Amino acid sequence: MEFGPYLMLAALEGAVTAAVLALMAAGLSLVFGVMRVVNVAHGEFYMLGAVLAFVVAGMAGGGALGFVAALVAVPLIVGALAVAADVTVLKRVGYDPERTIVATIGILYILQQVTLMGYGPDARPVAAPFNQRIALPWVEWGAGGPSLYWPWGLSITSYKLFVIGAAVVVLAGLWVLMTRTRIGLVMRATQLDRETAQAFGIPVERVYALVFGLGAGLAALAGVLIVPIQQAHYLMGGDALLLSFIVVIIGGLGSLPGTLIAALLIGLSDGILSVFFSPTLAKIVATLLVALVLVFRPQGLMGKAPR
Amino acid sequence: MLEVTGIDAGYGPVQVLRGLSLAVRPGEITCLLGRNGAGKTTTMKAIMGLLPLSAGRITLEGEDIGRLPAHEVPRRGIGYIPQGRRLFAELTVAQNLEIGLMTRNSPRHVLARVLDLFPRLADRMGQRAETLSGGEQQMLATARALCLEPRVLLLDEPTEGLQPSMIEAIRQVVIRLKSEGVAILLVEQRLDAVLSAADRVVFIENGQVRETAGAVDLRARPEMLKRYLGV
Repeated sequence: MEFGPYLMLAALEGAVTAAVLALMAAGLSLVFGVMRVVNVAHGEFYMLGAVLAFVVAGMAGGGALGFVAALVAVPLIVGALAVAADVTVLKRVGYDPERTIVATIGILYILQQVTLMGYGPDARPVAAPFNQRIALPWVEWGAGGPSLYWPWGLSITSYKLFVIGAAVVVLAGLWVLMTRTRIGLVMRATQLDRETAQAFGIPVERVYALVFGLGAGLAALAGVLIVPIQQAHYLMGGDALLLSFIVVIIGGLGSLPGTLIAALLIGLSDGILSVFFSPTLAKIVATLLVALVLVFRPQGLMGKAPR
Repeated sequence: MLEVTGIDAGYGPVQVLRGLSLAVRPGEITCLLGRNGAGKTTTMKAIMGLLPLSAGRITLEGEDIGRLPAHEVPRRGIGYIPQGRRLFAELTVAQNLEIGLMTRNSPRHVLARVLDLFPRLADRMGQRAETLSGGEQQMLATARALCLEPRVLLLDEPTEGLQPSMIEAIRQVVIRLKSEGVAILLVEQRLDAVLSAADRVVFIENGQVRETAGAVDLRARPEMLKRYLGV
């Protein structure tokens, strides 16, 4: 196979990573943007999404039906759990930026260890509802001008395409929610000026609980989508959290478009560098990018400098 | 209408208001005067429920509103125009007004009435609030509070940094609201504006009310201004 098809294959793998990462980072960015809470437990909500997907899919009898049940139910369960964590923990520490970091570290370990005790240390898969291999064409310049051919090994599964499509749909929905609906307006007003929002009848604490639940639900959805590709494991939240932070810092904390751009950048570079060089180099480059952004544009690509 | 009785309030461990009492009556402009740091803005925030009361009561037409969660206070019909305008800077004019309308689920005709008072805003509905001029921002802050159809209006330095024509426009609106029976509590530094519009003046110092005077008395006894404000 020549270089071109390899690159396309790597880019497609990268796009799947980018899609999952964008969902997760959007949740992290939303929570930070509105609540000014750095949610260190965000990766564990992703892990819970994956682990509960295994549990729920099993309870619903497995197969395509089990997966659909998990896709619908798990983000709601994890979201509800996050709302409970918000009301019982974050609200009690007054949403103070430093104390919420310590509090969410606590939540991280509680979720991780409870999962270890209940679910065990094994990695377990969930079957994808559909998983056809789709061969992809490549253009070749032959004697008679350009023509299409199907290189051996250049393919993607229908499930991976579904993951990309689902992420696009959910993120578009999130965009509409934030910019076109009343609840989005309330969330943005709370983000811009908490005190004035209260002076205009916005129940800020309820908005916070909702946002924390929504953020966790997005991470859980990313977790459900990834289980058929990567197995569910109680330690899977760590790497995902790190990558989400990288994406959010590069994109600009609190900026949804910035998060998307950064997720694409990191996802694609991760896919391409992992295929052509090594996954370690991909992580090195991502970390280097964060360092460069922090030095030359501390507010991130799309973030606003503090006024 | 709005009765503040012996309230203590402050920021965390720092107590600012010490047993402060005042009353705001419908169809009257009550003006809070005092030096910087006397507790004028703190009084406003305490009424809005944004600061916890450690003592005292705040009642609106007999209902105790001093212990309500902050977001319930404006729903009782108190419109707040904070110092420095505090607009939702990245939202458009229309969205800022929408938040005002949502506070008490005001019917749509309220918006038409508010825009009638501030026709310049009607031309700028799609513009982001941060791109407006200072005077237009103050109009928007006022209009946002009027979207609640308030029974009580709190204005914290509404003319700060505005040109005379804007000050006059804001003043006309305030006088019109007064004639419609709204109870108005005003914090203002410009004495000429206060003396010509206010019905009663409350002097505060160190978080306590020192004296309450009718505007007519005050014009007769200008030495009060010297004593409490040093002018």
